Amino acid sequence: MSGIGSSRKLVLPGDLVGTNPRAAGYGTYVENGRVYAKIMGLLDKSDNIIRIIPLKGRYIPSEGDTVIGIVKEVASNGWNLDIYSPYPAFLPASENPELKPGRKLNEVLDLDDSVITKVVSIDPRMKVTLTMKDKICRPIRFGRIVAINPTRVPRVIGKKGSMIKLLKNELGVQIIVGQNGLIWLSGDRKKVDVVEEAIYIIEEGAHTEGLTDRITEFIKKRKKEGIKNGRS
Amino acid sequence: MAEVEINDKVVRKEDKPQLIVDGKRLDGRGFEELRPIKMEAGILKRADGSCYLEMGRNKVVAAVYGPREVHPRHLQDPSKAVIRYRYNMAPFSVEERKRPGPDRRSVEISKVSREAYEPIIMKELFPRSGIDIFVEVLQADAGTRTACLNAATVALVDAGIPMKGLISSVAVAKVEGVLVLDPMKEEDNFGEADVPFAFVIRNGKIESIALLQMDGRMSVEEMKKATEMAKKGAMQIYELQRETIMKKYSKEDVD
Repeated sequence: MSGIGSSRKLVLPGDLVGTNPRAAGYGTYVENGRVYAKIMGLLDKSDNIIRIIPLKGRYIPSEGDTVIGIVKEVASNGWNLDIYSPYPAFLPASENPELKPGRKLNEVLDLDDSVITKVVSIDPRMKVTLTMKDKICRPIRFGRIVAINPTRVPRVIGKKGSMIKLLKNELGVQIIVGQNGLIWLSGDRKKVDVVEEAIYIIEEGAHTEGLTDRITEFIKKRKKEGIKNGRS
Repeated sequence: MAEVEINDKVVRKEDKPQLIVDGKRLDGRGFEELRPIKMEAGILKRADGSCYLEMGRNKVVAAVYGPREVHPRHLQDPSKAVIRYRYNMAPFSVEERKRPGPDRRSVEISKVSREAYEPIIMKELFPRSGIDIFVEVLQADAGTRTACLNAATVALVDAGIPMKGLISSVAVAKVEGVLVLDPMKEEDNFGEADVPFAFVIRNGKIESIALLQMDGRMSVEEMKKATEMAKKGAMQIYELQRETIMKKYSKEDVD
């Protein structure tokens, strides 16, 4: 058995993962000076930090995240968006630079439109406010949106964006990953097909070793097939 | 046509079978032996977490959704998540068709089961949201609430819900004067007492009792012994619950 199983143990809620409360990180809780796991996940333990890499769970918004949302309601002062989290998000009209005076809100963004936005603030009552005042933010008019489990997003991005870079460089497809598990792809349709498939492979095999190599292999294979198909 | 009167609702004394023969139970089990258990996690695609469980002839399925928005709105709690637990029996789950929908019994079971989970689910992490747990009994053979709790625990873990520990549950009954673990239908119907237990297990150790009910009577000594028996049984179930989750997620580390 290769892979992470040997180095990273699967832990369940309530498992004792350490005795140093100072090292308690994500996915753990401390009681009587002992560190326990609070979620199911893979244990990532080093001298100064104990954290648990989640395998399942909903997206919980945090400030500065890029997310893809779908307009669920057009209000008088902005839009209510579904961001695939337990909390609905609000995009105020003032935070959308596309809204020029004289244009109605539903002419800029209407029901069921998808948008790439950023989370600006979350108040203690979990009211999420979004903004579009960033160069990455835009309404989505073309391309494709792929949905994956938000806990797998870090693997799709890769270490310092290595996985994303690989996909972009190899296939020349535009990719924007929302922290909430929605990913926007745009480019040549056949290439987008390959990227979509690759993303599902990453989602399935997240937390395994040598994932980048396998994806490289997969793209190579698909590229060869693509050439064959082109000729016949 | 020879007609035989069956399914008489009134249980007559002469109908009572001998429940213990030569120190063995009706199905051949010892007094401290569980029924065979089969579990599988993640069987429902649209649920965040799910589990199918067979405990003897009990068949239950649990589904967990959330944390998600709570509807109706007025149920929201601005400081923590609300937990909803719905125990329901399918009309075909028992010998004589049960009227569908919640009744006195299932409302009570839902309440006590929810209260078992309230202290172990970390509700404070998800203010204004809700966690919904649904358990459906497809086939009943005594001890369905314990089976449902066991299934719900696996479903909650599968959904990635933060918890302080796990819940494992088993019942102890008193039949013909002896205590038996995990009673089946005959023992439940004709026994003198039925005591379902649910324990909070953390790091392989029983931490506390999450649920305890009693139908019938038991002496203090019997109660003490029943608790010990239930603890042993619950530990076995705990191991099975762990295995179930491991089985589903261990493919994460296989190429």
